Amino acid sequence: MGINYFLILALLLFSIGVAGVLLRRNAIIVFMCIELMLNSVNLVFVSFSSYLGNSIGQIFVFFIMTVAAAEAAVGLAIIIALFRNKETINIDEINILKW
Amino acid sequence: MITELIITSTIKITLVIIVILTGVAYSVYAERRISALIQNRIGPNRVGPAGLLQPIADVLKLLLKEDIVPAKATKPIHTLAPMISIFVALCTIAVVPFGDSIHLFSRDIRLQIADVNIGILYILALTSLGVYGITLSGWSSNNKYSLFGGLRSSAQMISYELSMGLSVVGVILMTGSLSLQDIVLHQFGWKWNIILQPIGFITFLVAAFAETNRAPFDLPEAEPELVGGYHTEYSSMKFALFFLAEYANMIVSSTVIVTLFLGGWQFPYLQTFGLPPLVVSLLQVFTFVIKVVAMIVFFIWVRWSIPRFRYDQLMNLGWKVMLPLALANIVITALLIAIFRS
Amino acid sequence: MLPNWLARPALAGLGLSPGYSFILYLALIFNHNLNFLQFTFENILILFFSLLAVFGALMMVTRKNPITSALYLILNFFCVSAIYLLLRAQFIAIIQVLVYAGAIMVLFLFVIMLLNLHDESKLSEKITYKKLSAILISLLLFSVLAITVYFSYMNKYREIHSSAETIGTIEVIGNELYTTFSFPFELVSFVLLAAIVGAIVLAKKKFD
Repeated sequence: MGINYFLILALLLFSIGVAGVLLRRNAIIVFMCIELMLNSVNLVFVSFSSYLGNSIGQIFVFFIMTVAAAEAAVGLAIIIALFRNKETINIDEINILKW
Repeated sequence: MITELIITSTIKITLVIIVILTGVAYSVYAERRISALIQNRIGPNRVGPAGLLQPIADVLKLLLKEDIVPAKATKPIHTLAPMISIFVALCTIAVVPFGDSIHLFSRDIRLQIADVNIGILYILALTSLGVYGITLSGWSSNNKYSLFGGLRSSAQMISYELSMGLSVVGVILMTGSLSLQDIVLHQFGWKWNIILQPIGFITFLVAAFAETNRAPFDLPEAEPELVGGYHTEYSSMKFALFFLAEYANMIVSSTVIVTLFLGGWQFPYLQTFGLPPLVVSLLQVFTFVIKVVAMIVFFIWVRWSIPRFRYDQLMNLGWKVMLPLALANIVITALLIAIFRS
Repeated sequence: MLPNWLARPALAGLGLSPGYSFILYLALIFNHNLNFLQFTFENILILFFSLLAVFGALMMVTRKNPITSALYLILNFFCVSAIYLLLRAQFIAIIQVLVYAGAIMVLFLFVIMLLNLHDESKLSEKITYKKLSAILISLLLFSVLAITVYFSYMNKYREIHSSAETIGTIEVIGNELYTTFSFPFELVSFVLLAAIVGAIVLAKKKFD
């Protein structure tokens, strides 16, 4: 099985993530879709790493995971703060910066 | 070759799971008898000789009860949660070595289901999944006591996972490998990790108590405040699965503690006695079982001797005592290794 | 709502979109050489886990209840981890379970329960042109990227590299991480520190 298969699988997951971000209005689900997109990028890195025989791809995945964890912590804290102030996590209602 | 592997693995898995399930039944019995002993009571002694058939009666009773699901519960998740708990509890045993290889039927059989070379990470990954069973059961029951139990336990388990992971690092530094078999082999003679890593042992032990939700850290099911905690709304076999998972967790974490710190299946200086190899292998397995049983008795003993922590005390202990201790242990171990190697 | 002359083609597009993407997927995989059709045990496993991963992702996007969504996302992470294992990246596979399923998703579940988002009816809306265009855009993105990727890697990298198995071990990755990548490694620790401080500052109600 060629690398094509894994790349297209990753692309499919990525597009589903994009569709989710565009479709859903719940901030937490939008956030989960972003995690899904990061994950599909990781899949591309790992598949290239093992098809090329180079470990750097996997190290990048390691870094991406760290950043994803940091991002999840801060993002969820933001969502909690938002919910505390506005009683909603619908991203269409969080628009006070829009004039 | 591959068929032989499949056959031996199947036999090993079946044997190990049967042993664990029987162990669960009899550790429940042991818990009741030992607690009775500690509290100066008699304990279950009616079913069979000295109450030895009590576990079978308990299991039959639980199987025959009606399965009640609350009307407003989220049914699929309510069913899924106990399955996750028992899955996580049983899967951890896969990497624990319960002996060296044994020579049977003219071939060497390794006494370990899977020698994963990142065994410790595997164990940590599975323990981190254990949160789901409890949290989801708490949420899906649609009961505030359950929800509180679930939330508490997820906070507790996340906090203690850190000190658990960090306390193992000392052992990994000593051994230079993440495979549990290598860790056991490294603890030959008197070199048990409990002697070389006392702080790591204490932090790991405390974290293991917190991860298995055993007293003194059994806050998720603190009866006076939370009725039954996360399994308030469970009955019949689903409740039995939680019960099973709790004791299976206890047994499995005992095996992990024994493997990491108490020398695993190593019997000090057994090789120097000049016994036949088959006897040596069997003695090693026997040593492992004895150590695990001692650890389980210790778990039970602690439960009936120490009162439950308050929630803020638990969090303070986890974040302000155990985590710095584990970190200090890593630094000291690394320094000592660097000094003695050069 | 949509003007009438646009509504019907748009709805038709929506109805056709899953079939369209599935056919494209099949065509891209099965075309040209039939290398894939060698149904070895490993290939079957890869196919199974990738289908399950896609299923998990789709369910995650479409479920109303955020907890169900999170559970499907966990399913997806597990499948991706299994695919990593089949790609011989054992360390990354276990870290995937440890970090994503064991830490990040627990946080998500925790927050969803804390906010108690039972009532999702306010958040769900009818099919609007926004939704339709979202689906069409993501399909377009997928097809453009997929075609590009497919034709650029059509005949390259047919097999997993022979050294893939040693590369995925923790020894090789750790060695690389602490020598070549030691500076980024330190930087990442600062990222984590910043995240911890930021999360506490944001989530805490009052500072005394």
